[in-house]
Amino acid sequence: MDHLFDVSLFASTLRLVTPILLAALGGAICARVGLFNVGLEGLILIGAFSAIVGNHFTGDVFASIIFAILCSVLFSMLFGYMSIHLRANVIVVGIALNFLALGLTTFSLRAIFDVKGAYYNKDMVGLPKWDIPVIKDIPWLGDVISGHSPLVYLSILLVIALHLFLFKTVTGFRLLAAGENPTAAKSLGIKVTRIQYGAVLMCGVLCGLAGSQLSLGNVTMFTEGMTSGRGFIALVATMLGQSNPIGVAASSLLFGFMDALSIRLQGFALPTHFTMMLPYVVTIAAMLFFKDKGYMQEARKANESSR
Amino acid sequence: MLLQMNNITKSYGNVTANSNVAFSLRKGEIHALVGENGAGKTTLMRILYGMENPTSGEIRLEGKPVSFSSPEDAISHKIGMVHQHFMLFPTFTIAENIVIGREPSSGIGFDRKAAAAVTEQLGRQFGMPVDPWKKVGECSLGLQQRVEILKVLHQGAEIIILDEPTGVLTPLEVKELLIAIKGLATQGKSFILISHKLQEIMEVADRITVLRDGKVTGTVEAKDTDAEKLSRLMVGRDLVHMSRNEIPAGKPVLEAAGITIAGSKTKPLLDGVSLHVDEGEIVGIAGISGNGQSELIQAISGLMKVDTGSVKLLGQDITGEQVKAIRERGLAHIPEDRYQWGVAKDATVAENGLMGHADRHQRYGVLRGSGIRRMVGEWVSRFGIKTGSLSTKAQYLSGGNLQKLIVARELAQNTPFLIAAEPTRGVDVGAMEIIHGELLKKRDAGGAILLISSELTEILKLSDRILVMFEGRIVGELNADNATEEHISLLMAGGKAVG
Repeated sequence: MDHLFDVSLFASTLRLVTPILLAALGGAICARVGLFNVGLEGLILIGAFSAIVGNHFTGDVFASIIFAILCSVLFSMLFGYMSIHLRANVIVVGIALNFLALGLTTFSLRAIFDVKGAYYNKDMVGLPKWDIPVIKDIPWLGDVISGHSPLVYLSILLVIALHLFLFKTVTGFRLLAAGENPTAAKSLGIKVTRIQYGAVLMCGVLCGLAGSQLSLGNVTMFTEGMTSGRGFIALVATMLGQSNPIGVAASSLLFGFMDALSIRLQGFALPTHFTMMLPYVVTIAAMLFFKDKGYMQEARKANESSR
Repeated sequence: MLLQMNNITKSYGNVTANSNVAFSLRKGEIHALVGENGAGKTTLMRILYGMENPTSGEIRLEGKPVSFSSPEDAISHKIGMVHQHFMLFPTFTIAENIVIGREPSSGIGFDRKAAAAVTEQLGRQFGMPVDPWKKVGECSLGLQQRVEILKVLHQGAEIIILDEPTGVLTPLEVKELLIAIKGLATQGKSFILISHKLQEIMEVADRITVLRDGKVTGTVEAKDTDAEKLSRLMVGRDLVHMSRNEIPAGKPVLEAAGITIAGSKTKPLLDGVSLHVDEGEIVGIAGISGNGQSELIQAISGLMKVDTGSVKLLGQDITGEQVKAIRERGLAHIPEDRYQWGVAKDATVAENGLMGHADRHQRYGVLRGSGIRRMVGEWVSRFGIKTGSLSTKAQYLSGGNLQKLIVARELAQNTPFLIAAEPTRGVDVGAMEIIHGELLKKRDAGGAILLISSELTEILKLSDRILVMFEGRIVGELNADNATEEHISLLMAGGKAVG
């Protein structure tokens, strides 16, 4: 067991948790304005693919992340337009976008790179690894915390930033209000639609970052459907964390750890497909703890009644 | 004049909701706006609050013409509105609910301490103290109403529109509200009060404007009129004075013995309640809501499990039976909360009417549309239900019209026993007259009715016997002939009966 729970397990946890955490924060913002975004999976996939495309054409990591964010935002605006403007059912729109993203990335992979299945090029630049001064010299802790991509650290800062935004600022307060009772918020002159679009946009940015970490941080390649359910795990993390940034971070950490553990267990002569079930078994177990917690339902109910 | 609305007309297609309406408000005045459901009161107020644009007509504030295209416009002109369905955020604190939209801030931060201070100061200034840190969802409806009023005061409102403010309040809370309104009026605030309840209006209003079918049928000083004159203006004819015929009580239809429901609190929800309702008898249950009436209804109708005690219908034990089985044995139920128990909001009027009647309108499991439409259509005309068509979704009907639909549906079950819980909540005097008439007709035909109402006048008018509930127990039984409002009120508040 010493080999199982070693430094690299925790280090890889931190790396693997980032895409889930970023997307889950995006999902949390959407949930807070009453839009249950099932399309996270598709948004991350678009982000992951466009990060590689950006990388291929510019050769610059920063530019590829910006490109990934732009593409994810564009895609999330599609979600926003259909569910806010056209008032389509959010679940249906989300699922449709997931499949659209899967098809679009697979198709574009062939159209742009002329390959099937996966694209890898040794000339591509991955995200840099940052060593944190002082911390990197602390034994054990330094190995776990230091030496990750900037996005890993950014995601942790974003948790705090989002928490402060939602619960300490006027704009955040109004966002919560718009989600909790849109009709009442409208009657007070709060621009509910604008807030909802803002939330969807934020979600797009976060999913673009999540996708970049996936295709440029963990590995430097893109494979078809490489999100493999992370968007849905992020969705569960959103619910389990009750759309509360700190809670979302905690539950994302749990899933990231399970993800890392499942990869690690493969080294212990356990069948790959068996260990790969682990994160999802935990997801199901986690769902048992999420027993219709109040406000999400309130938000959804209120949202429906305003339509 | 503080406010004048001249020649206001509002049409939706070929339906005219307001036709040449004139309305005015003096400073410090309480001006009541009354009329039946669909008479155009709410439309007129929505125009004033910027939620609708009038087709023609003008609004003048202190002599200057103004036009509002949104509620924000109205708010910035010091007009505030307390909606019939509260516009509150249940998970937010009272202070947050009051300051929302104009939050005290430091930079981009929301200063919640300042918000609490503002709220406390506001409560003190207007004599309506609240605890700023309490969550609104945990407050009673009366307190929520107070929060709504403080919110519009915080917005700087000088003119406050109250839409059916007393509909959901207990009698005590109503009294408190009316006192608060009067107090604010003496401080120079002006009120427009939309209500059905003529007694309350007579108690608090300075002037009264009556609307019927979108037209003003009269604007009168409160001191020059009375409830009877007002209802004539509202309905357009004299109301029939109903009297109960004395008929001998028959065999017991419903017998409940020692019903107890423990619940999760220290005090039981129902504590050994025994009662009987006989043929040709209306038994009224009076009490402040929340004293076990809801549980009693649910226990009898099978919606809630009884811990001990038994319920008999027509001599047969129905304790613990399925709701459907009980209904088939002869129970119909006008539920107290029409949205929770009474209708499916997304279903049509015809579909809602069909509920409970489906077995009679099917062949081989397939519904037969024409019979259904004939049945529901007949109710619509008999009860004067205002609906676009039978295919209109229930959610687009006003509360009063929905209530009429539910009453019609349950009466049509023609069962020997009927539970009528708050049968006239939110309906206007005209519809109330119809519903009361129908209930009495059912009684005269030998039906047994258990009437639960928070309106004492309704209890006194209809009941043959009156039971008073307090904290899950029946604390008094009075005969209709010698019951007085004072006596019942005393029992309702938990006081001991004297003499």
